[in-house]
Amino acid sequence: MNSDNKKCNFHYSARRAVNFAALGASLLSALFGIFFLFWILKDVVVSGFPAINAAFFTELPSPPGVEGGGLANALLGTLMITVIATVIGVPSGILAGTYLSEYGRKSRFAFAVRFLSDILVSAPSIVVGVFVYAILVKPFKGFSAIAGAVSLAIIMLPVVVRTAEEMLKLVPDSTREAALALGAPHWKVTVHIVYRGALRGIITGVMLAVARVSGETAPLLFTSFNNSFWNFKLTEPTATLTVSIFNYAMGPYEDWHQKAWGAALLITVLVLSITIISRLIVRGRTQQ
Amino acid sequence: MEFSGRHKSARFDDALFKGVTFFFALLVVLLMVFIFIILLKESMPAIRQFGLGFLYTNEWDPVQQRFGALSAVYGTVVSSIIAIVIAVPVSLGIAVFLTEMAPKRLRVPVGTAIELLASIPSIIYGMWGLFVFAPFLAEHVEPLLIRYLGFLPLFRGTPLGIGMLPAGFILAIMIIPFISSVTRDIFLMVPPMLKESGYGMGATKWEVIKNIVIPFARSGILGAVILGLGRALGETMAVTFVIGNSHSISASLIDPATTISATLANEFTEAVEDIYLSGLVELGLLLFFITFVALALAKLMISRFSYKGERIG
Repeated sequence: MNSDNKKCNFHYSARRAVNFAALGASLLSALFGIFFLFWILKDVVVSGFPAINAAFFTELPSPPGVEGGGLANALLGTLMITVIATVIGVPSGILAGTYLSEYGRKSRFAFAVRFLSDILVSAPSIVVGVFVYAILVKPFKGFSAIAGAVSLAIIMLPVVVRTAEEMLKLVPDSTREAALALGAPHWKVTVHIVYRGALRGIITGVMLAVARVSGETAPLLFTSFNNSFWNFKLTEPTATLTVSIFNYAMGPYEDWHQKAWGAALLITVLVLSITIISRLIVRGRTQQ
Repeated sequence: MEFSGRHKSARFDDALFKGVTFFFALLVVLLMVFIFIILLKESMPAIRQFGLGFLYTNEWDPVQQRFGALSAVYGTVVSSIIAIVIAVPVSLGIAVFLTEMAPKRLRVPVGTAIELLASIPSIIYGMWGLFVFAPFLAEHVEPLLIRYLGFLPLFRGTPLGIGMLPAGFILAIMIIPFISSVTRDIFLMVPPMLKESGYGMGATKWEVIKNIVIPFARSGILGAVILGLGRALGETMAVTFVIGNSHSISASLIDPATTISATLANEFTEAVEDIYLSGLVELGLLLFFITFVALALAKLMISRFSYKGERIG
């Protein structure tokens, strides 16, 4: 009796030990992820901060090997290309999302669109760069800001399609039916009632899509390419922050590396703050 | 009279609006088709010249204009496998932590921190990998690997901090948030009654996870893993910085290598000859095809799960 009890106790404590070990391992995994997040952020802040000064925001890049100068043109280029990409990608994405949520719903076609969007979201962005090179750079014999913007818009499109649909679906059907019963045409119901109800969610989705593309580098390497000077023309090669990071970090000069860290800090702060703000908006919504 | 006029114009407007939204939905499908067609068209010269040999020859010689994709495909596959081997256990651990173990107050901040890892742009990973992580590996980790595991051909060579292993490791950090967030969502779909019955039988938390949660979620987890694989296969900037861009195949994981995406990033703007460019586009087509298959598979496996219970939000 006594020994039986002991054996039972031993068995039980062995199971408890395994339990603790497994749960400890899961805790370690979470710490592993958080550790790398902070390690990366720490280095970006520590190395990037000294590079941020007035010249960084206002001056053109200095010639190779010459210290000083800034990345003002790249800053403008990133802004320009991202804005154009948003202007192309967001309305197309919202309209496609509208079709899925208001008309297509459970049709086969809507299923195919959802399926392909989900694949396109994770598809390699560099392939999009190759595609845009083939349709907009090669035929027109030159890199251009517009080609860069189109490739970012392509990357944005599926993200906006899926979030727009999800957000529109959150508007209850009874709201649509109430408006229809008052005699409003379907499109007016969609634009005035459904869009208004889903506005907050759609804005969040758009913000996330902008955050996603503003850190993209690969699709810009051979579409908008690079430029050492100011460029305001859509048909000329244009510098961007991310491509500048790539070129500067791969370059041989210490000053370049510092500039790259500065640009990295800027992009990281931008992307992370957009992500966090949009998360807060979503959380505010669900708590209401 | 006036009323019917208004009615008619409203019907026209409705049809127009529906048509416009349909067009943009169709655009997504057309885009996918166009990408395939254009890439195929642009790689035709290379396909004609090298045929199937492109897939299994290793020569990459822009001067002689002879191209084979083997080293790039090999690097893509091996670096992604390394990433998966590291990322899967960690991601499962994180999902278990977030669903079963963490106190309620910690779930949101820890979950957010892990997801922020996904929003850091890949070029930041690459740059950090090159300037911080590679020197760290070269100084502290790779010498140990060479000393104690050097009897394996996998760990022979010079500790550069640049090569297949560092690339795979950085990829692992990048895909952990994707795998863990999908896995977490699937864990949350396990019916509480199943778990409660486990606890009722006197099972420990780990026994419930091992014998009930994971078997229930198996195909979804597999989908999440393949999703992570698809991401890793196509990742460009992070890999380009740390893989070393060498077109030779080496058994050692600490030697420099290359991937399809890194080759494209490095060489595309330098390719002046048509056949060189065409060979690079064919690499891109290959990558697009591989990731398409992987992601489609992942999507099918995960969607089986989301249909089980209607989830809101």
